[in-house]
Amino acid sequence: MRTVAVVGASLAGLSAARSLRKQGYDGRLVVIGDETHRPYDRPPLSKEFLSGALGETDLALETEDEDLGAQWMLGARAVGLDRAERALALTDGRRVRADGIVLATGAAARTLPGSEGLAGVHTLRTLDDARALRDELAGGGRLVVIGGGFIGAEVASTARALGLDVTVVEAAPTPLAGPLGRAMGAVVSGLHTDHGVRLLCGVGVKGLSGERRVDAVLLEDGRSLPADLVVVGVGASPCVDWLQGSGVTLDNGVKCGADGRTSLAGVVAVGDCANWYDPRAGAHRRVEHWTGARERPDAAVATLLAGGAVEPGVPRPPYFWSDQYGVKIQFAGHAAEADSVTVEAGAADDRDVLAVYRRAGHAVAVLGMNQPRLFTRWRKQLGAPL
Amino acid sequence: MMIPACRLADLPRGEAFRLDVDPPVSVFHTDDGEVFAIDDTCTHQDASLADGWLEGCEVECPLHASTFDLRTGAVDSPPAKLPVRTHEVFVEDGMVYVRLSTAAPNLPPCVSARLAGGPA
Repeated sequence: MRTVAVVGASLAGLSAARSLRKQGYDGRLVVIGDETHRPYDRPPLSKEFLSGALGETDLALETEDEDLGAQWMLGARAVGLDRAERALALTDGRRVRADGIVLATGAAARTLPGSEGLAGVHTLRTLDDARALRDELAGGGRLVVIGGGFIGAEVASTARALGLDVTVVEAAPTPLAGPLGRAMGAVVSGLHTDHGVRLLCGVGVKGLSGERRVDAVLLEDGRSLPADLVVVGVGASPCVDWLQGSGVTLDNGVKCGADGRTSLAGVVAVGDCANWYDPRAGAHRRVEHWTGARERPDAAVATLLAGGAVEPGVPRPPYFWSDQYGVKIQFAGHAAEADSVTVEAGAADDRDVLAVYRRAGHAVAVLGMNQPRLFTRWRKQLGAPL
Repeated sequence: MMIPACRLADLPRGEAFRLDVDPPVSVFHTDDGEVFAIDDTCTHQDASLADGWLEGCEVECPLHASTFDLRTGAVDSPPAKLPVRTHEVFVEDGMVYVRLSTAAPNLPPCVSARLAGGPA
């Protein structure tokens, strides 16, 4: 293999580039990124970076003396993959021929239809998004967050600490019920009201009002929430449209085996754009977690370098964290598989909880709020061989 | 400086003991029976490595995914970028002693600010 191209320069792309070198690949390595920035860490964008506690240099993922011997093509988006030529077409007209390709194009924040061009309306995905939002939060005022998921909750928490008047609107009856289940979703989202943030659940958003700048969020029940600033946190869609017709099978992102292989030989996919087969679940799962973007490239690169002749390992259960209102929230496993949830330590009312999710008596997931030590022990048990 | 940490008998394999010095230091007893001491605070964010996931000679930060090599202090992957200090350990008459490193520690930004007397 003479040239490997990594498409995407965020955590998954950088991890793939590092894995290639660590696993002995010494050929030409091209990293293509549609943003102009070198790889940076996203979790602080909704927290420490947004609050001003961390600056841009703190976000860099590469270490100071790191040199992967890669050719960086930044500010250039891949727009096509030609399977016959084994070539990538970029927005700036360049073509990159590669024997091996790692797809790591991530996901893009979903927006609210009709909000385009309306000042004061933000999504939060990239460094540029975070800069723009940070500058506006500094002006204070009334913030409405649409979506009570993790991004929405973290933005609400950060904005509240900055002194804004914050309302969170969630269409589902209980926020976070998907990832955490209803009972624990209610406990975690109770942090909002604990800290003086209004939480409106079970009501959809009809639209936004305002001429050039947003002035209110209109709810489906007829209410109107005055707003100086709106953040839309309603999930993300995998950036895979550019692969239509390439021969790479798409199904909720790039459809992958348990080792990251795609339907095209010599092409693997990692990170938020990739829908990997999960042998534990017996199903494909597209997992948008930082840890997956960090860990899975090791396996995908091994597959790529071995021409697909490696036995996929069993991945650790998915793990993610969140920091809200000064509480460290950690979760591992799959809540949807559970038939019971019990609080094993702490108390839900105190937002100091170690909760274990079980199915037929076996632990399948664990949630911690300010319980890192116990959480790690349970997480380790979940990851033990079946 | 040499400090008595704990009795080896009180530190089962796979466990860690946090020494309450400033900044704190952790003593790890690996599954293979080796004993190591490193700075307890992850260099990325304020988290106690003694609460982390110990596997072989590596400990994973309990919050995020960085792992540190107990032998060298080296960090293998983001979000942490800097190594932790390692400290010399020896066991005498069943007691674990730690000789604190004189190197400057790599503490996360919020902890450095706190130690310097600034805002947390």
